[in-house]
Amino acid sequence: MNVSLLQHLAMNIEETASIILFGIGFTILLLHPNLVKKIMGMNIMDTATYLFLAAKGYITGRAVPIVVDGVQDVEAYINPVPSGLVLTGIVVSVSTTALMLALVVRLYERYHSLDLDEILILAKEEEEQI
Amino acid sequence: MSFVQNFPFFSIILAMFSGIVSSVLSGKKARNLTLAMIVVTTALSAGTLAFCLRTEESYTYMMGHFPAPWGNEIRAGVLECVTAVLFGVVMFLSVVGGLTHTAEDVEESKLNLFYIMIDLMLSSLLALVYTNDLFTAYVFVEINTIAGCGLIMIRQKGRSLSAAIRYMVMSQLGSGLFLIGLSLLYDVTGHLLMSPAKESVELLVEAGRYKIPLLMIMAVISVGLAIKSGLYPFHYWIPDTYGYATPTGSAVLSGLVSKGYIFLLIKIFYRVLGRENLVGTHMVNVLYLFGVCGMIMGSLHAIGEKDTRRMIAYSSVAQIGYIYMGIGLGTTAGMVASIFHIFAHSATKALLFISAVGLYEVSGDRKDFVSLRGAAFRNPLAGVGFSIGALSMVGFPMLSGFISKLLFATSALGSPEKMMPTLIVLALSTLLNAVYFLRLVITLYSRRRPGDKPLPEQTIVKSSWMLRFAIICFIGLNLVLGMSSQPIVQAITDGLAMFD
Repeated sequence: MNVSLLQHLAMNIEETASIILFGIGFTILLLHPNLVKKIMGMNIMDTATYLFLAAKGYITGRAVPIVVDGVQDVEAYINPVPSGLVLTGIVVSVSTTALMLALVVRLYERYHSLDLDEILILAKEEEEQI
Repeated sequence: MSFVQNFPFFSIILAMFSGIVSSVLSGKKARNLTLAMIVVTTALSAGTLAFCLRTEESYTYMMGHFPAPWGNEIRAGVLECVTAVLFGVVMFLSVVGGLTHTAEDVEESKLNLFYIMIDLMLSSLLALVYTNDLFTAYVFVEINTIAGCGLIMIRQKGRSLSAAIRYMVMSQLGSGLFLIGLSLLYDVTGHLLMSPAKESVELLVEAGRYKIPLLMIMAVISVGLAIKSGLYPFHYWIPDTYGYATPTGSAVLSGLVSKGYIFLLIKIFYRVLGRENLVGTHMVNVLYLFGVCGMIMGSLHAIGEKDTRRMIAYSSVAQIGYIYMGIGLGTTAGMVASIFHIFAHSATKALLFISAVGLYEVSGDRKDFVSLRGAAFRNPLAGVGFSIGALSMVGFPMLSGFISKLLFATSALGSPEKMMPTLIVLALSTLLNAVYFLRLVITLYSRRRPGDKPLPEQTIVKSSWMLRFAIICFIGLNLVLGMSSQPIVQAITDGLAMFD
């Protein structure tokens, strides 16, 4: 048990990378004022989760769980469940991305800006005029 | 297996299919289909409730052909069914109450889209209530978010659109955290079904392994769902979202959507992570602290708000704080109080939003205090409805809010170290609630002054019968929750016992 923290991180390089990416995506989604970059951040965050799941499902030396010539031993395949989860997750993130992009288009047509702070101020002014 | 046991599945799939069918229907037909669907699903949930009460136990229902721990499952017990029935009733009354305004706010050609959103919303809420599978829960959380965003943005006003994007951003932050939490949980337990996952978690805790990952999972899932339900430091999207949606949208979003997430969180606490583990890692204390801050800060914001609709929205922040405070007590009594407050707040907040609409109608659609002066004389029923909702929020006896305050206070006695702060904050928050709600009620019942700005000419004289019907039913629901709370509290207690 005298492996250092760095060695631990290096041994689980995919997981480490995915958590770092998750943090980057999360921060962009939370803090960046530009709406398109916010959506990019959201995609980075989601994809990081998929990388994490895929890395967790992979077992070194085993094949993709697609049956070609008869079912082999269970030991021959990697865990198929995370791949299924990733697929479902991709569908979900595609639809939310589409929805957010549609919203951004609407907002841009109305306010000619992609800056969320600016849009909020403009929307407030617009309402006060009425 | 009894035929009744299929009902939860039927209700979810029925709601989803009526959404799909609505996409090719005209607005009016979609509306009728939605109303019929809500009635039928609520009846199905009531049937399941009767079944669970008779057999006095919960059951799991296998989806597809794979048994646990591989397949997908639905689980129905007393608590799930009571929640589903209440959600159905509140949804029905919110849709009925906002019917005329929905038709005005939404373009004619897009009216069916609004009802698709309502259908999907109900379907996802039912799925969140009934599901026994964590990943299914995630998918329906996302469907819920998309439907909620649709309900906000369908009103094509600038502030509705900006509110929608804010709502989406915050919701996505919450969903992202929830998803990574689930992935970590799947990683350490190897299960996505709640019951086998709980067994694995128990084994891990006993063996003392994966302590830090388990702590991370608890933190990430709690924070993710807390962001989505609008707990205090993450509440910035709430006033805009609830303030600028259509009346039905506001009532549904504040009364049901946030509650669905909290219900899921409670379910995960009980059925996956284990309440004792949360108490042991002091995770509940964090929720308690946020909840207590929310109770005070939400009310303070509400006092400073000039727009009455945003004021009601800020009061939601305070009420969500109550719910998390109850969860944060970490005792079963606290959890019962929280769940009762979920019900009470659903019924009351929807009543407030719907009756406020009746008051705006007679004030030229203005929402500030001066224009609303004397509105209760111009629309007596809406005035009474709003007053009852406000009194319930303040905690007036006979109304639902009183019972939940009573439950919170008594449950606080059960946890010695949190007793004093809880009682003090409860008293303070009640006082603050009274300040802003009673100020508005007094404004509603005071005569207009000579110097007041004249109201626009097109003021509606009488509300539609649907709105009045909804207000009367909501008042009735509040009185039922307030006056005969005993069986409901008993059902919640029994249901929670079935969770273990």
